[in-house]
Amino acid sequence: MFGKEKSSLKQCAALENKLVEYLDGRARTAERHAVEEHLSGCAACRLRAEEFRALWSALDELPAISPSTAFDASLRARIDAEPARRSFWQWMPSPRLVFAVTSLVVMSVWLSSMQRPAENPSAAKQATQESQVSAESDFGMIRDLPVLENFDVVSKFDALSELPAPPAAPTPEVTKETR
Amino acid sequence: MARTDVQLMLDVKAGDEQSFELLLRKYRTPLVNFLYRMVRDTAIAEDLAQEVFLRVYRARQQYAPSAKFTTWMFRIATNLALNSVRDNRRRKMEISMDQSVDTGEDEQKPLEVPDRAPSVEQELVARCRADMILKAIHSLPEKQRAAVLLHKYQELDYDEIARVLECSESALKSLLFRAYESLRVELAPLVSPTVRVDRVPVDRSGQPA
Repeated sequence: MFGKEKSSLKQCAALENKLVEYLDGRARTAERHAVEEHLSGCAACRLRAEEFRALWSALDELPAISPSTAFDASLRARIDAEPARRSFWQWMPSPRLVFAVTSLVVMSVWLSSMQRPAENPSAAKQATQESQVSAESDFGMIRDLPVLENFDVVSKFDALSELPAPPAAPTPEVTKETR
Repeated sequence: MARTDVQLMLDVKAGDEQSFELLLRKYRTPLVNFLYRMVRDTAIAEDLAQEVFLRVYRARQQYAPSAKFTTWMFRIATNLALNSVRDNRRRKMEISMDQSVDTGEDEQKPLEVPDRAPSVEQELVARCRADMILKAIHSLPEKQRAAVLLHKYQELDYDEIARVLECSESALKSLLFRAYESLRVELAPLVSPTVRVDRVPVDRSGQPA
């Protein structure tokens, strides 16, 4: 009993967001059926819906006013006074031009910062050390070139024959067993 | 074939002044009525309506048809009306700090009721009812008032009104329900089946009590 009452109240609260669009005929079919079903069993909501309809009829009684005869002339005068104000905007560059100029400035700043040497002394020192290490390794490579170019050293593969043989590939029987 | 509002506005953008005239003729009266019901002052309503058209005209070069023309126009109108209502309220508060003044409601011009040769009594009743309705609408919070006016009188779609008022459709439906519920209570003498029209309390000046 209590559960049923609670459920009914819940439906009444849910109806609030659907009632207006139901009454103005813009509700979808499923929602319309849901509202109609609820209204058929809820006298309070039915009365509210009737009063909403009556309210909308009453709101229709509000007479419309007409703009004064001077409305158009006054508006035209205000529009005619506009070009003086608009001329300021004519001096403003177009958005494309602003974008192009900004991009150019950003790119030139970026390029100049890339070419500039590091100003931090410790960073500069580290960079110097790195370049020295790099130069030494390059020199070592050059120094060992005669060894690499010596055909006897490169073509001597006797040492390879002394290496143990690689393990044999598994036989088909073993594969079968594992299956 | 009649051009749509968006096409007209695009023509205005291309420099066709005649299309602006067409838009003006089409929306002049709805806009003035919407603003009059928002601010309850014909002079302010007309001034604001002109400001709306002026802003539309100014923005013609930047116009992009991303939404319905009416959504854009009523959004401008609603913002102007809300600002006007707030400014007016602030002004009234400042005046009331200095001296005791009337609320301004009595200073309003009487409404022009369409003349269908009614009797004096009928005319009086119709005027009383219209005044009651206008007062009830004006007693709503500004956002609810704008929602009701755009829904009931301008018949805008829910998504359009939601865009104008910058809220979700769900929030708008809730807002509309609360607004109509307040109006239902406020205008009970007009809407309740048990209360008759001639029971509207009227004072000597013909205004609803």
